[in-house]
Amino acid sequence: MSRSDVLVDADWAEAHIGDPHVVIVEVDEDTSAYDKGHIPGAVKIDWKKDLQDPVRRDFVDKTGFEALLSERGISDDDTVLLYGGNNNWFAAYAYWYFRLYGHDKVLLLDGGRKKWELDSRELSTEVPERARTSYTATDQDRSLRALRDEVIDAIGKRNLVDVRSPDEFTGRLLAPAHLPQEQAQRAGHIPTARNVPWSKAANEDGTFRPDDELRSLYEGEAGLDFGKDTIAYCRIGERSAHTWFVLHELLGLPNVKNYDGSWTEYGSLVGVPIELGEAR
Amino acid sequence: MTADGCGAPAGGASAPATAGSQAVVEGKVVHQGAAVSTGYARLLGTGDEFVAEVPLGADGGFRFFAAPGSWTLRVLAPGGLRAERAVQADYGQVTTVEVAL
Repeated sequence: MSRSDVLVDADWAEAHIGDPHVVIVEVDEDTSAYDKGHIPGAVKIDWKKDLQDPVRRDFVDKTGFEALLSERGISDDDTVLLYGGNNNWFAAYAYWYFRLYGHDKVLLLDGGRKKWELDSRELSTEVPERARTSYTATDQDRSLRALRDEVIDAIGKRNLVDVRSPDEFTGRLLAPAHLPQEQAQRAGHIPTARNVPWSKAANEDGTFRPDDELRSLYEGEAGLDFGKDTIAYCRIGERSAHTWFVLHELLGLPNVKNYDGSWTEYGSLVGVPIELGEAR
Repeated sequence: MTADGCGAPAGGASAPATAGSQAVVEGKVVHQGAAVSTGYARLLGTGDEFVAEVPLGADGGFRFFAAPGSWTLRVLAPGGLRAERAVQADYGQVTTVEVAL
């Protein structure tokens, strides 16, 4: 796995608009962005309505994922190109789902919706009609997903990467600064975690920094031991999907998991250790 | 605006803001007298440390719920348009910033 296998630029995307073997998918929380204009031919996925279980706190199961992709007209052998707002947070989150459920031909658009917009590339309000398919997913690849007990057990043993902002990491804020401050019962971070905000992996236009700079960021500046397994977390697991993409897909580290329960789960658990302030 | 997402709320700052106990920074972006509806507002800390980013709304609006302190607001828009403003946020206050590109 290398950068060219998983990441494409806007020229590649433009050249594949209308390609019958490539399905372009916009993934957002704010799906009004798609309605305002999207890459021509792109279908949309709502990260919450489509990707979360409506009752339990969990994401859609295999059957639900199959139903979603079938309804969107995506086949097992299609190449899926994901992009979205928020510097591709939710597109990276969806990318992680596709990998979890065994879809190998999946790509991320470098820079996502932001770079596409800032470059003044074409946007369309036309919603494509795609014929229904019969999508078959594999069982979840649990080597990519960490649950809470595994995270607690990893304290002091594996790399824990907290990708939230420094204010969230130290406990000054409970949520990103563009959202009301609520959710977890306690602020702070998981002991022994290193704080490498997701944003350090991205350029201002939302594209990913070069591999050598990324390697230097995590291994050099943050002091991660690349010989150890790694778990990334944030608040609800989408910013950490962005970092999971960097570590696992771009840099090719073998054992990297995303903890999608993240701080909204960990910060509300009874009896678990929490650190405040800077990393120790 | 959703409260349980990490991501972008609906673009802009159309809903009325009541700061309550929050430190709100909000405003609008215009270019040649018209609202800039395609673009991004970023909140940066010391040393250009990224804090948050929102897409501009149809009315050119943006809103952040920051920690109290001094911040830099940077706006990016198509055509290479950009601007920066120093802003101060305090609990219980709505700090309003108007940006002309």
